[in-house]
Amino acid sequence: MSHEAETETDAVHGVIAEFEHEADILAAAEAAYAAGYRKMDAYSPHPVDGLAEAMGFTKNRVPLIVLLGGLSGGATGFMMQWFSAVVHYPIDVGGRPLNSWPAFVPITFELTILFSAFASILGMLILNGLPKPYHPVFNAANFDSASSDRFFLCIESSDPMFETEGVKGFLEGFEPKSLSVVPVESDPGDREAEDS
Amino acid sequence: MSTYPTIMIDEPTLERLGVYQQRALVCAAAGLIISFVAWLVAPAHFYHGYLIGFLFWLALALGSIGLTLLHHLVGGSWGVMVRRPLEAGATLILPLAAFFLPLAVGVRTLYPWAQPDAASHEEFHTPYLNVNFFLLRALAYFVFWGFLAVIINHWSAQQDAQSDHGPSRRMGAIAGPALFLMFMSATFAAVDWGMSLDLGWTSTIYGVIYIISDVLTTLSCMIVVCTVLERSKSMNQVVTPERLHDIGKLMLAFTMLWAYMSFSQFLIIWSGNLIEEIPWYLRRTRGGWELLVAGLMIFHFFLPFFLLLYRDGKRRTNYLVRVALWILAMRFLDLTWQVVPSTNDYKSPHIAWADIFLGLAAVVGIGGVCVWYYIHRIKQRPLVPLNDMNLVRVLKREGGVQHG
Repeated sequence: MSHEAETETDAVHGVIAEFEHEADILAAAEAAYAAGYRKMDAYSPHPVDGLAEAMGFTKNRVPLIVLLGGLSGGATGFMMQWFSAVVHYPIDVGGRPLNSWPAFVPITFELTILFSAFASILGMLILNGLPKPYHPVFNAANFDSASSDRFFLCIESSDPMFETEGVKGFLEGFEPKSLSVVPVESDPGDREAEDS
Repeated sequence: MSTYPTIMIDEPTLERLGVYQQRALVCAAAGLIISFVAWLVAPAHFYHGYLIGFLFWLALALGSIGLTLLHHLVGGSWGVMVRRPLEAGATLILPLAAFFLPLAVGVRTLYPWAQPDAASHEEFHTPYLNVNFFLLRALAYFVFWGFLAVIINHWSAQQDAQSDHGPSRRMGAIAGPALFLMFMSATFAAVDWGMSLDLGWTSTIYGVIYIISDVLTTLSCMIVVCTVLERSKSMNQVVTPERLHDIGKLMLAFTMLWAYMSFSQFLIIWSGNLIEEIPWYLRRTRGGWELLVAGLMIFHFFLPFFLLLYRDGKRRTNYLVRVALWILAMRFLDLTWQVVPSTNDYKSPHIAWADIFLGLAAVVGIGGVCVWYYIHRIKQRPLVPLNDMNLVRVLKREGGVQHG
């Protein structure tokens, strides 16, 4: 993201630390956030309570997208029926007014729900960048165990404060089981590897 | 013996509650005196208003019993915060049983089917809708509800005193069947006391709407209670953002359910457009009542709905309590809308302002006594039940309550 990025950080995805206990990764994540690092991600075999908040992921824009989806769904549902019943094909049903809005409510409601559901799934996928066929973090040593019994914290090179040796020194302080530099190893045309 | 400390109400909060009790008694006196005078002068208006006040507070008692049983059945962290407040709410059924007596006296004035000269009285109603059977049913409801309220509190008090989980296990065993019978009895009561105001009109959703309203009223009252108790020492460890969030989510769900059910009833009757059913709505949507209908749609549904969508608000008492008080005000308007227009001629409905004013007086009057009694009950025991099977499990998982 920075224009004056050195060639060193271009080839590096980030520095990753491996932990054995969730308390350790929680402490490391909290300290890293307190130290000013913002572009980081954690990988764990199961959800760790409070880990996302520790890294500063307290809010996302999915709720807003869902709200907009719901409102547009409601508007679509109502207008669709109003247009067909009032403008395009008006029929007198039992003397009721053409714009018999109570009858339109169920469809309006259903489309609100449908569009909200679509918006939540699509919004989530767009914001987190999934599906992602290639992710450099898989280049990290021993990363397979992130799905069995290890916790990983990766401070990424896109962070403005990132500087390989400095981050290594910082993470060293939490006595991780292992510490390694993750190479990007992908052609520059690939999608931006950033999933915050 | 217990894995967490006993939390009693602290001195400053006790003093504040004492002040509230005094004010409640003043309100009770004012409301009941106005109601009594109205009873002497204009009984027909009085009974309409009084029924609103009675149903408003009955909702809290029934909802408290129901939610306590539900928590015994399903457990969960939200119960840590509201179990004792709910148990205290359940005991309101005792004063409310006394407050039913004026209705028992006024059956013949209030209900069209009980009036001897009722022109629209149809023969086939009489085996069910007659004064004696009506009173007998009312007695049965109160005996059943009173029994549950006593059991809920008695076994809970027993459990406080012993570490063996016997009483809470017994409570869990009866909770399922008792909850089923609560649904049945509340439905029958809603039909007797509310629906039968419009003779010949039936709606199978009516009971469900009243039960949903009960739960909504109760959740709102619990938020008010938690806001008051939160300032007591150690209670801030109990009233946590997560638990408030749970109650807030339930309030949102029940706000939606109320709208869903109320609208379903309307949509079906509006579509059918039958002479047996549609007058109920004609009486309630014209002659000024259409403003109240629009108000209920906007302020009983849309406003609380959007306010409760806001996630951070649901995690704070000072935000949630305003929504809760607003919903309680809307409950009064909804009951007014259900009860007052029932005597209108559907061809030329009008707003009976006297009934609405007396409804307000009854809500304040009966409410004063209920609040006084409620505070009296909640002061007596620890604010979090001790040794309860469900709660011990929840608190162990979450790391318990610390002394703060």
